[in-house]
Amino acid sequence: MIALEAINVTKIYGTGANAITAVDDVSLSIKRGEFVGLVGPSGSGKTTMLAMLAGLLKPSRGQIVIAGKDIGRMSEGKRTKFRGRYIGFAFQANNLVPFLTAQENVDLLLRLNGKFNRQGRQRTLDLLERLGLSDRLQNRPGQLSGGQQQRIAIARALIHEPEVVLADEPTASLDTERAHQVVQTFAELIHEQNRAGVMVTHDLRMCKYVDRVIQMMDGKISRVITDAREISRLAGAADELDGGYVARTNGKPALAGDPMVAVQGI
Amino acid sequence: MSFYLAIKEVWRNKGRFLLIASVVALITTLVLFIAALAEGLASANREYIEKLNGELLVFQEGTQLSTTASRIGRGSIAELRRVKGIEAVGQVGFSTLKLVPPDGGEDINVSFIGVEPGMPGEPTVYDGQQLMRASSNNVIVDEGVVARLGVKVGDAIRLKVTQGTQEEFYDLTVGGLTDRRQYFFQPAVFAPILTWDKIRPGGDAGDPSADLVSNIAVVKLADPAQLETMKTAIEQNVKDVEVADRQRAWEAIPGYAAQQSTLTTQQFFTFFIGVLVVGGFFQIQTLQKVAQIGMLKAIGLSNWTVGWTAIIQIVTVNAIGVAIGAVGTLALTANFPVTVPILLTGTAALTTVLALLAIGPLGGIVSVFVLLRIEPLRALGMAQ
Ligand SMILES: Nc1ncnc2c1ncn2[C@@H]1O[C@H](COP(=O)(O)OP(=O)(O)O)[C@@H](O)[C@H]1O
Ligand SMILES: [Mg+2]
Repeated sequence: MIALEAINVTKIYGTGANAITAVDDVSLSIKRGEFVGLVGPSGSGKTTMLAMLAGLLKPSRGQIVIAGKDIGRMSEGKRTKFRGRYIGFAFQANNLVPFLTAQENVDLLLRLNGKFNRQGRQRTLDLLERLGLSDRLQNRPGQLSGGQQQRIAIARALIHEPEVVLADEPTASLDTERAHQVVQTFAELIHEQNRAGVMVTHDLRMCKYVDRVIQMMDGKISRVITDAREISRLAGAADELDGGYVARTNGKPALAGDPMVAVQGI
Repeated sequence: MSFYLAIKEVWRNKGRFLLIASVVALITTLVLFIAALAEGLASANREYIEKLNGELLVFQEGTQLSTTASRIGRGSIAELRRVKGIEAVGQVGFSTLKLVPPDGGEDINVSFIGVEPGMPGEPTVYDGQQLMRASSNNVIVDEGVVARLGVKVGDAIRLKVTQGTQEEFYDLTVGGLTDRRQYFFQPAVFAPILTWDKIRPGGDAGDPSADLVSNIAVVKLADPAQLETMKTAIEQNVKDVEVADRQRAWEAIPGYAAQQSTLTTQQFFTFFIGVLVVGGFFQIQTLQKVAQIGMLKAIGLSNWTVGWTAIIQIVTVNAIGVAIGAVGTLALTANFPVTVPILLTGTAALTTVLALLAIGPLGGIVSVFVLLRIEPLRALGMAQ
């Protein structure tokens, strides 16, 4: 069952001579229970794509359909409401509300959706236990490590049983071991709870946990990998390169932190 | 949701919000004190005139309603009494002299006011007796004198007058007590006009042949509604006089208007500072929270929710500050000695507090508009 669909989506920033086509006629669809990794070099259009999938940015052309609704046609207010109900988010930074406890941060999405009842609260406790945070319920983000914060963000992204879960570089501030833990649990939960997940990442090693890798280049999908063995080979190659840092590929300078370029050159 | 977030944030950042609330409290205290001072000074200046039992005050023409410059003789009084519509006329004379405390303390400056017994100008006593004869040694003292000397009805008081280079002492008896009737920042002693004329510096020392000259005459009208008509009638029928109602008379007291407008200006500026401080605080706080607000909007909180949260916080913090400041000031001013010209009347306190409650949050409203404009796209580190 298709949870999320992008149909011929284009995003052009600016006008006239300054126009930049950040996403160029991209189509993709993601089923429930499927976890997709969105990769590609800097400037390839990943963040722009994610912003459109999230209903944070209106496509210049094309449609984004989530739970059967074209979110590009919604008014600002409606889209905000829609995001709260149908989408779960884990961002790179500033994920959590600093003055709320771990538990309250997760409960926030229940309150927002009128699900802050006994059942809902129990789900929060269960989910945080599952993420190994049972003894951190009353701590505020400032008192927690980056890994713990990111796990709370994941709990918050899932607690309200959204249609789609979106993550933007969720491991950017974590060390390798923690990054693996976080993404592994994230993937497990997406599968268990049957959500459609999209994760934008620079770190190809994290692709190990996804079902499909979509690589973007110059605003277009340049490659799609669905074969599990091929995905783990890609992740393994990246692992050997510590995430895939290489200064040059094909004689052209690659931007720092652009593993895709590096791995492609292999 | 707004309420939940607003209260949680304030509660979990008590220190920071309490700091700004205490700044608001101090500003409230300052504004209330200025109001109390304005009221205190004003009444210390005008109390006697404000409470006069006559509607109009008659001054000598061309003296610009100055009680010290004006002279009204018996002739004018007689003319006044002939004007139709006037119920009673009383001569009133002002002077300043010293009251010598019996315990040997420092002399107290008092307004020594001569009035005609039973005529407008004489204050009503709450204890003891009204003045009896135009030349007795019984006087009425006001609360200010009572508070400073602790005198009772029947006590003797001693007045000191400097006539030229000579110091003279007069012993009088307190015949009655009246409420606060300060004039010219001084507590008041009321004597029968002839006694007054005898004692006051530069007086006639009891020369019976001289005309009894007072500073003003106080007129009680048969119909107080005819104020304007009677003013004109008096000025037309009595030679060389100028008539004012009580308010115009006290506003003409030297320095009165200037003092009040200075204090009003101060009050306005303090208000203004308060608005800026509250506004600045919330503005800075908002700018620090841009990323967090972007995230909240991205995960589905509406502009309404975010905006209301801020408004609730601004209003709450401002109100807490105003409450602390108001309670503190009331407690403080309640314990001030009567000698300090600080008077916080209920209406003045209430108006000031309401104004602070209403105006304080205005500065913060700017930050609400900033909040509303933050894009949810910020959550992804992007902006359009
Ligand atoms: N707000 C914007 N205005 C103009 N150009 C933008 C804006 N955001 C991104 N771009 C451009 O769009 C292209 C894609 O950017 P982005 O989606 O951030 O790629 P990625 O996330 O893969 O690095 C880049 O060329 C970038 O410079
Ligand atoms: Mg990006």
